[in-house]
Amino acid sequence: MSDIAVRVENVSKLYRIGARIDPRTLRETLTDVLMLRRRVRDDAERDLWALRDVSFEVNRGEAIGIIGQNGAGKSTLLKVLSRITEPTGGRVEVRGRVSSLLEVGTGFHPELTGRENIQLNGAILGMTRAEIRQRFDEIVAFAEVERFIDTPVKYYSSGMYMRLAFAVAAHLEPEILIVDEVLAVGDAAFQAKSLRKMSDVAAHGRTVLFVSHNMPAVKSLCQTAIVLNGGQVIERGPSAAVVSRYLQRSTSRAGREDVARLIESLPPDPVFKLHAIRTLQNGQDTTTVVNGEPLHVAIEFEVFTTTLGLHVYFQLLDLEEVIIFESIHNGDVASQPLVEAGRYVATAVIPADLLAPRPYQLRVNAGIANVRACLPDAVRLSLDVQQTGVVNSAYPGYETPARIAPHLQWIVNRT
Amino acid sequence: MPATPEAILRIQPSRGWASLGLGELWAYRELLYFLTWRDIKVRYKQTVLGISWAVIQPLFAMVIFTFFFGRVAKLPSDGLPYQLFAYAGLLPWTLFSNAVTNGSQSMIGSANLVTKVYFPRILVPIASVTTGLVDFALALLMLGPLMLVNRFHPSANALIGIPVAAALTFLTALGLSIWLSALVVRFRDLRHVIPFVVQLWMFATPIIYPLSMVPARWRWLVALNPMAPVVETFRGSLAGRPISVAALAWTALLAVVLILTGGVYFRRLERLFADLI
Repeated sequence: MSDIAVRVENVSKLYRIGARIDPRTLRETLTDVLMLRRRVRDDAERDLWALRDVSFEVNRGEAIGIIGQNGAGKSTLLKVLSRITEPTGGRVEVRGRVSSLLEVGTGFHPELTGRENIQLNGAILGMTRAEIRQRFDEIVAFAEVERFIDTPVKYYSSGMYMRLAFAVAAHLEPEILIVDEVLAVGDAAFQAKSLRKMSDVAAHGRTVLFVSHNMPAVKSLCQTAIVLNGGQVIERGPSAAVVSRYLQRSTSRAGREDVARLIESLPPDPVFKLHAIRTLQNGQDTTTVVNGEPLHVAIEFEVFTTTLGLHVYFQLLDLEEVIIFESIHNGDVASQPLVEAGRYVATAVIPADLLAPRPYQLRVNAGIANVRACLPDAVRLSLDVQQTGVVNSAYPGYETPARIAPHLQWIVNRT
Repeated sequence: MPATPEAILRIQPSRGWASLGLGELWAYRELLYFLTWRDIKVRYKQTVLGISWAVIQPLFAMVIFTFFFGRVAKLPSDGLPYQLFAYAGLLPWTLFSNAVTNGSQSMIGSANLVTKVYFPRILVPIASVTTGLVDFALALLMLGPLMLVNRFHPSANALIGIPVAAALTFLTALGLSIWLSALVVRFRDLRHVIPFVVQLWMFATPIIYPLSMVPARWRWLVALNPMAPVVETFRGSLAGRPISVAALAWTALLAVVLILTGGVYFRRLERLFADLI
C-alpha cells in the first residue's frame, strides 16, 4: 500500500475567458448554421491558464497548506482535486475517500429545519444516512444550536447558520479532506474550536489539503506548505519556513512605486522637501509587516532654512480611517525645537507586539507648528500586518476586532 | 466517494465517449433520495397548499376542460364520463409536463451545488423527475373519489394499465429531462421555448379529445407521439379496453433511446458543467 495519498502530475487548467463557449444561445447557433457563418475564436487573448504544470505529492496523514495570492490558482486546484472541474492536462491520483469543503452550508435550504439541513448537507458532502444518524448529536453539540435544531434555518442568526454548516463539515471522516478557507466563521471561541477540530482530523492520520490566507492557521495546522503563483507551484517545504518567505516576498512593489512617484510629484516648498518614506523590519524594506518584530518608519527629508517648530509626523489609521495614534518626530520634548537646515532621516520604531494582524494605513506629513503644513496632503502608505507576535498566539487564526493588540503583562494569582 | 484505501481514483481529462457510470450512480443512491426528499419537504413547508398543489393542478384543469370541452363543445369521451376521461388523461400528462419543465431547469437551478460539491450530476434531473412521481401518486388517489362520484366501476385492466402507463411516462420524461437539462446549460434560451412546446404537445396528445375522434388516416401521426399510447392506455384500461402492447412498445423504445442517448450526451457535457453554469 503506497504512502502517497494524493499525487498531482503536471496538472493544467485552461479557462477561456470572455464568451465561454460560442455561441451560447440556440438562436445564435441556428442563425450561424443558416448563414453558414463560423465563429472564430480569438485564442491567444482569451486563454487563461489557471493552473500550469502543477505537480506535487501528499503523503498519507500529511497536512499540507496551499497558499498564494488571490488569483494564483488555489481554488482552481481544489476544484480539480474535488472533481468539480476537469483538468485540461495532466492527472491526479487519489488513494482514499475524499471530502471537499469548498464552501460552508452547501445545499442548505432556508425552509428546512436545522435537523433536516444536517441530514441534507451531510448527504451532499458524502455521508451515508447511517453516518449522519451516528454523528447527529455531536454535530448539534459542536454547533451549539441544540435549542433551535427543529426551527427552520431561515430564522437562524448568521452566526448560528455558519456554525451549523461548519459543524456538519467538521464531522466528515474522509481519508482525505480538502478545505478551502472556511475557518473564519463564528466568534473567537468558536474559531479556536474549529481549528482544534481540524487539527484533530489531521492528527487522526487523515490527509488534509488546506487552502488559506490565514498564515498562523496554516502554520499551526500544516506540517508542509506549497506556494502557488500564477498557476504554478513555486515553493514547497516545511510550513513555517515557506510561510515566512512568502510573507517577505509579498512586498507589493507596485505600492512602493506609487509612493515614490507621489513623493516626486509633490509641489516644491521653500522650507521642506520630502525625499522618501520607508518601512523596515530587520533592516529590510517591506510593506508586508509582521507584528512579531519592531517596525521602523523612516522618513528622509531635507530642510532648507533653519526653522522653529518644523516637524514631520505620521498617523496610523485603520481601514475605516480612524486615527489610532500619531507621533511627531520631535514633539515629545518640553519645548519646540529649532530644526537646522540639512538632510535628515527620522526613524520611529513601532514596538513589536503592538499592532494587530490587520491592514493599516500610514499617513506621513510635515508642518511648521502654528504656521502651516508643508505638504498639501498626507502621503499614504498601506501596511498589511501579519501575525507572528506573541499576542493571542494561543489562538492562532483568531481575527481580533481590536484596532491594536498590545502585549500586556498579566499577573495571575490563585486564590 | 466511497473507495477502499487501495483503490486509486484517477482524475484526468476525459477523452471521447464517456461511460454512463452506473456503478457510481448506485453508490450515490442515498443522495438521490435526499435531493428528492428535499424538494418535496420544501414544497410541503412553503404553503398549506404546497402538497395539495399536486392534486389541484390536474383537478382544476379537469374542471375547466369538462366545462368547455365536455359540456359546451360536447366532445366525445370514449364511453367514460367526461370528467373521468379528462382526469385520467391529465394524470399521466401532468407527470410528464411537470417532469419535463422542471427537469429541464434542474441543472441551471442547481448551480450552487454543482460548483461546490462533486456528485454524479445526472442525479439532478433524475431527482427532479422523481419528485414528479410523488405528486403523481397523490393525484392518483383523487381518482378514487372521482370514480365514486360518477358511479363508475373501473375494470381490472387498470391494475396493469395504470402502472405500466405511469412507468412509461416516467421513463420518457426522464429521458427528455436528461437531454433538456444538459441542453439548457449549453443553450440558455432553450429554457423559454420548452414550456411553449410542452403546451403545444398537450394539444397534440389525445387528452381533451379521444384518439377515436381523429380521422383514421391521421391516426398514425398522433400515434407517433409517445405520450398518446400512454394516455390512451391509462384511460382505456380504466374503461376495460384491451391494452395495446404494440403502441406501448413504441413508447418504451423511444424512452429507452432517449435515456441512453441523453445519458451519453449529458456525460459528455458534464465535464464542462462547472465551467459553464
